Amino acid sequence: MSLTHILIFAALILPVTVALPVRWRQWALFVGSVLTIYWLQPALTIRRLDFLFPTATLALVIVCWLATRAPAQPVTRADGLAALVIAALVLALSFGRYLVPAYRLTPSAPPPPSQVAVWLLLATGALWAVARWRGNWPRLTLALGILALFAVLKTEALGTAASRLLRSWQGQTTQLARAEELSWLGFSYVAFRLLHTLRDRQTGQLPALTLREYVTYAIFFPAFTAGPIDRAERFLGDLRALPPLDAARFVHGGMRLAVGIGKKFVIADSLALLALNAANAQQAQSAAGLWVLLYAYAFQLYFDFSGYTDIAIGLGQWCGIRLPENFSQPYLKRNITVFWQSWHITLSQWVRSYVFLPLSRTLLTRPRKPSPTVLALIGQLATMLAIGLWHGVTWGFVVWGLWHGLGLFAHKVYSDRTRPYYLRLRQHPRLGRAVEVVGVVLTFHFVVLGWVWFALPDLAISWDVFVRLWRW
Amino acid sequence: MTTWRWLYAADPPYRWRFVARVIFKTAALFVALNLLCVLIDPLPALGKLSAYNRLFAGRPRLPYGENPAVAYNLSLFQLDAMFAAHQVARSPQPDEFRVLLIGDSSVWGILLRPEETLAGQLNAAGLLTADGRRVRVYNLGYPTMSLTKDLLLLDYARRYRPDLIVWLFTLESFDQRAQLDPALLQHNPQPVRRLIRTYGLAQRTDDPRFVALSWWDKTIFGRRRALADLLRLQLYGVPWAVTGIDQEYRDDYTPRAVDLPADRTWHGLTEDLFTPADLAFDVLRAGVTLAGRTPILLVNEPMLISEGANSDIRYNSFYPRWAYDAYRQWLHQESERQGWALLDLWEALPDAACYTDSAVHLTPACAGQLAALLGPEIVRMADGAAGG
Repeated sequence: MSLTHILIFAALILPVTVALPVRWRQWALFVGSVLTIYWLQPALTIRRLDFLFPTATLALVIVCWLATRAPAQPVTRADGLAALVIAALVLALSFGRYLVPAYRLTPSAPPPPSQVAVWLLLATGALWAVARWRGNWPRLTLALGILALFAVLKTEALGTAASRLLRSWQGQTTQLARAEELSWLGFSYVAFRLLHTLRDRQTGQLPALTLREYVTYAIFFPAFTAGPIDRAERFLGDLRALPPLDAARFVHGGMRLAVGIGKKFVIADSLALLALNAANAQQAQSAAGLWVLLYAYAFQLYFDFSGYTDIAIGLGQWCGIRLPENFSQPYLKRNITVFWQSWHITLSQWVRSYVFLPLSRTLLTRPRKPSPTVLALIGQLATMLAIGLWHGVTWGFVVWGLWHGLGLFAHKVYSDRTRPYYLRLRQHPRLGRAVEVVGVVLTFHFVVLGWVWFALPDLAISWDVFVRLWRW
Repeated sequence: MTTWRWLYAADPPYRWRFVARVIFKTAALFVALNLLCVLIDPLPALGKLSAYNRLFAGRPRLPYGENPAVAYNLSLFQLDAMFAAHQVARSPQPDEFRVLLIGDSSVWGILLRPEETLAGQLNAAGLLTADGRRVRVYNLGYPTMSLTKDLLLLDYARRYRPDLIVWLFTLESFDQRAQLDPALLQHNPQPVRRLIRTYGLAQRTDDPRFVALSWWDKTIFGRRRALADLLRLQLYGVPWAVTGIDQEYRDDYTPRAVDLPADRTWHGLTEDLFTPADLAFDVLRAGVTLAGRTPILLVNEPMLISEGANSDIRYNSFYPRWAYDAYRQWLHQESERQGWALLDLWEALPDAACYTDSAVHLTPACAGQLAALLGPEIVRMADGAAGG
């Protein structure tokens, strides 16, 4: 999301929020979100893929909505209207083919409208048939399918193979196939929202959502590219009672927006010029220099990501949706456990809800229950490995996940054993404060050292940097 | 931590009237700051604020880079910022004999690491003057070919109190019609116009190539690129200091041409039309005048003398033989007339392997050979200057 995108969003949201009644605002958010996923999708070298990906996002979201309907929830006329609006928008976007690029919402020329119309008809027929199916929905299969798609997009070898396949399908040379060509904007976040709804329908926790509500939740435009990953029931509460834009919400949203823009486009983009990367990691001539690059990377990552979150929250507030917080001063936390309660909070909570807790429950229901220590180790490692792999299926992210998993486990063991000592520290506030400062410094550097595995594309380079950091 | 509570705290009683006041005041402040920016150009003052030579080492050559993300360097037009980022801006050592090298890309050192440039190799030679001062050479070359560009840099660099100026050039920098082509000159119209007026140079002060800033261009908004460049120059100082890299070192560059076209013209001029008036000797004279009592050594720099196809017509891709021969003849005549110290090294490095991607860009080894030729001359002039 560029600054231009953000400013246009801001300029459009204000009149829409002020001028339209609640019902129409809900429709505006729905239509705006659908159009946004095409508008933000970057151009791709594989022909028509940058039109196909947003369309596939919509198709996937609709299928998941069908799969997550409440047991007695029929497909209503309103749902049909929402589907019709989506189809009309996709068809209308395909007419951009006849416009000059400056007036086109899609990043490149879309397929011919006739072709899009045929595909829409086929998709509508298939979805109609699926919608009438009253049997037990294969939600697990659908979830595994999303995870498989995730694996293809996040794994270099699979991504390259898929790119080759798509290139040959489009009649393009397969020799130039690269995994990076499959840049499906927002998929990581949309996939986790969809998985959340699939799982919560299974456990009966998901409220009944109309198609329009479900689509708006899954691809809500302020949070589409960089989160946060909201929960459907929380989002729905806001969406159904969109408040009018009062001065307080305007001020708070505006401040978050301004702070986010400053964090992302001033601080993070400046730090990006000196942040650790594969090239400068190998060029650095001293350990001190490497530390400087690494610190720059750590802060760039934080300001970039938390800046985008502020922007999303600010725009969300203007729309009437209070998106959840994603960061809470993570680099000032006294231990790694608290760090993970304040860094990418919504992802951590998602993984905790859908990986850590189910895994722990499964282990505890086995005839041979593991000891609490082993349970904690397995749980922490699995959780952090899942978070690592969410970023990409590479050895670097695996090591990064293990680094944090082991860190969390070590901290748990340490805190279990030292709890009485820390309780006694409360009687010595100054000493307690000093211990806290040491904890903050140690935690920060543990996290910073973890970024070595996260930032660099090759494990050998990461290891080399990690070793050189200590060669003074 | 309550620092950020204003951002996350519960709603205070904001009203639309408050919002309107904030928007009005913000707009008024924005307009006022932009007006202030138009009235007092803050760029020179901001340019002098530099982390170089303070937080991290100064650059050994002036900022220049077409691919900043790789070179950790960038081209900008703000002279104050360019010089503030250079090593020359730091205070001289008490035993230092300051030598400024002025010239084009061959002096700046395209494809050469800082220590491999002429200045770097002269410094590595550990030259001492007769009175025991350490010769410290500063690379003030800049990769465009124009004597007027050199004059502008020399004019600025005088404030760093050089003990000796070495000005390297080649015929290409003399083309009168191309004197104002470098963007650095076009974006610094005021000092260039002053030089034109002061020294009666052949260029016009109303040359259309000078960039004329509109009222809008002078606002903060209009100057956002220049302001961003100032910030980027500081930020790139960190990777520069950490890696020692200040240009993109490409292995896949196109080597200098040895086989040449059968072109007998030089910038469209033919032998019968070529006169000394086509060359910017006036700028050279201005430079020597501007140096004042600081001794100045003029050096006609080495170049490739091709032995390939059409080498009977041309010395290299830059010059037909007739043009370069005429230039050298006029240069020597002018030098004798003015009593200049001229070192003509045009054929000092005859090996074609000395030249990399251009007929004047040297390999590290040949830059070392040039340093070996130039070093004794610098010491001789330094001793002459010390002797009065």
